[in-house]
Amino acid sequence: MTVLVIAEHNNSELHAATLAAITAATQISDAVNLLIAGNDCSSVAKAAARVQGVSRVLLADAPAYEHQLAENVAPLVVRLAEGHTHLLMPATANGKNLMPRVAALLDVAQLSDIIAIKSTDCFLRPIYAGNVIATVQSKDSLKVVTVRATAFEPANAEGGNAAIDQVETSEDLGLCQWVRDDVTESTRPDLTQAEVVVSGGRGLGSAENFQLLEALADKLGAAIGASRAAVDAGFVSNDLQVGQTGKVVAPKLYIAVGISGAIQHLAGMKESKVIVAVNKDEDAPIFQIADYGIVGDLFDILPALSAELDRSVNRP
Amino acid sequence: MKVLVAVKRVVDYNVKVRPNGDGSDVEIANAKMSMNPFDEIAVEEAVRMKEAGTATEAVAISLGEAACQDVVRTALAMGMDRGVLVETDERLEPLTVAKLLAAIVKREQFDLVILGKQAIDDDSNQTGQMLAALLGWPQGTFASHVAVDDDRVQVTRETDTGSQTLSFQLPGVVTSDLRLNEPRYVKLPNIMKAKKKPLEKITPMELDVDISTHLAIIAVAEPTQRSGGIKVADAKELVEKLRNEARVI
Ligand SMILES: Cc1cc2nc3c(=O)[nH]c(=O)nc-3n(C[C@H](O)[C@H](O)[C@H](O)COP(=O)(O)OP(=O)(O)OC[C@H]3O[C@@H](n4cnc5c(N)ncnc54)[C@H](O)[C@@H]3O)c2cc1C
Ligand SMILES: Nc1ncnc2c1ncn2[C@@H]1O[C@H](COP(=O)(O)O)[C@@H](O)[C@H]1O
Repeated sequence: MTVLVIAEHNNSELHAATLAAITAATQISDAVNLLIAGNDCSSVAKAAARVQGVSRVLLADAPAYEHQLAENVAPLVVRLAEGHTHLLMPATANGKNLMPRVAALLDVAQLSDIIAIKSTDCFLRPIYAGNVIATVQSKDSLKVVTVRATAFEPANAEGGNAAIDQVETSEDLGLCQWVRDDVTESTRPDLTQAEVVVSGGRGLGSAENFQLLEALADKLGAAIGASRAAVDAGFVSNDLQVGQTGKVVAPKLYIAVGISGAIQHLAGMKESKVIVAVNKDEDAPIFQIADYGIVGDLFDILPALSAELDRSVNRP
Repeated sequence: MKVLVAVKRVVDYNVKVRPNGDGSDVEIANAKMSMNPFDEIAVEEAVRMKEAGTATEAVAISLGEAACQDVVRTALAMGMDRGVLVETDERLEPLTVAKLLAAIVKREQFDLVILGKQAIDDDSNQTGQMLAALLGWPQGTFASHVAVDDDRVQVTRETDTGSQTLSFQLPGVVTSDLRLNEPRYVKLPNIMKAKKKPLEKITPMELDVDISTHLAIIAVAEPTQRSGGIKVADAKELVEKLRNEARVI
């Protein structure tokens, strides 16, 4: 039994979600191959070779794979599938885009966003916005799976020594043309990796008011997140949305400010270790899952919180 | 340009779903059912294409039990021209839905298929990508903007780092994200008018598609619940608790 993990990366660095998928793969088998499909991405392959648990790195380095277009990458994965029993990729936007295309080309089902592995053909996955957890068994001989990164510890990025094999690449199939990427620049930690996340909702009221959250996030070294309502209102960019249809996060500390706690939002953050809620409505559902809640106006509480953090840092 | 939109009938997003008594499936017998929210957005996009004159015909399709025609009717009331129901009482997986849709597309020569990015019941996020694969078509998933210019489509997609813009020649598949548009409310006269629009029923067998399942649902269970916490008086107490009790800062 050999597992093929498809790496999430940006042609220069391996994304941490890949490390979680590798951990999932090692729970299935000791033989774990890791595919790096990209352009000018040999540095990623070198880093991948050092990850513990990786047996072999397959490097597909060609212009056709630069933007992770599913139209080009799926046939590559299909070609490499032979000899593998499982194909795994983190459930990132790229993973969600690519893997169903791979599965359909192979005429097998896909298991999306698994959170645990019961056996080599049986997996747990949340459905209905995480209201229930389904145990699903695959009858296909080849399993195509996307992995929820927050549910698996990251594999150790150092200590491995895998061989790197160049695999045959293909030309751009020309089905789809990449036009541009608009990347949100941020100096903050990656939302899905941060130890502390400070999230704002509709209660923040405006994009300007998000600066109050920024001030708090600065003091905590936190990433910023948001509810759908805050994104829809244009307070922040879409890549900050946490929830059923946004990103899933599970930091050590999640602070929800002006967020009511709709089930679709909880689906993306309820596995956080400690949850804090700030809301002026004492009946807001967010308080039902918060470890610590403050009922009050966020415009009073946020500055007080920032000041208090300053004070207690100065007086340990 | 002929547009097909897939609309799924799902438990309404406001309903909190629970496992049934023996944990073999979810309990949805009396739950309120609605059109999958992402599919409303897909319908809205197709109707706007019709209104803009870029689409010549817009067809809504649902797959499942007889009651799925409700969501097709809703789509017709929103402005779609006609409907199709692929009727079966069997549980359909995304791969099967994609195969059935592919059969319909081949039968009728659609140029563009719009689906929701995700059904909020199974949360699979697979069907559109699978359909594109089966047809050998390009895919613009998680779309927040779609512009049709003659036989080319430009799609802006929501990604983990912001957005990405792609362009492809039709035919192709698009899946809608939440910010693609805001679906219109259905007006009563339009509901009446929708009743007169054609709705074709067809079975998977007539489409010659094998609908046997690849996945078995062994059990469903509630997730572990978080025990409720405490309320603190102010910022000072919160920081103290986070530092000394929870030890997370
Ligand atoms: C298909 C679908 C998918 C969805 N996916 C997601 C998702 O991925 N992520 C997500 O977040 N949502 C998602 N939603 C939306 C979700 O249902 C809620 O509408 C949304 O989470 C609400 O955001 P909110 O809590 O910011 O806004 P609201 O529900 O409006 O809550 C605002 C809160 O702020 C509080 N408040 C206001 N002013 C103040 C103040 N001055 N001080 C303190 N508190 C204040 C209010 O008491 C209220 O509780 C989805 C919905 C659908 C239908
Ligand atoms: N039974 C169905 N009937 C109609 N459309 C469906 C059905 N299943 C899936 N779809 C479409 O595929 C999208 C994605 O579904 P899924 O892959 O199950 O998350 C939905 O938003 C619908 O547009």
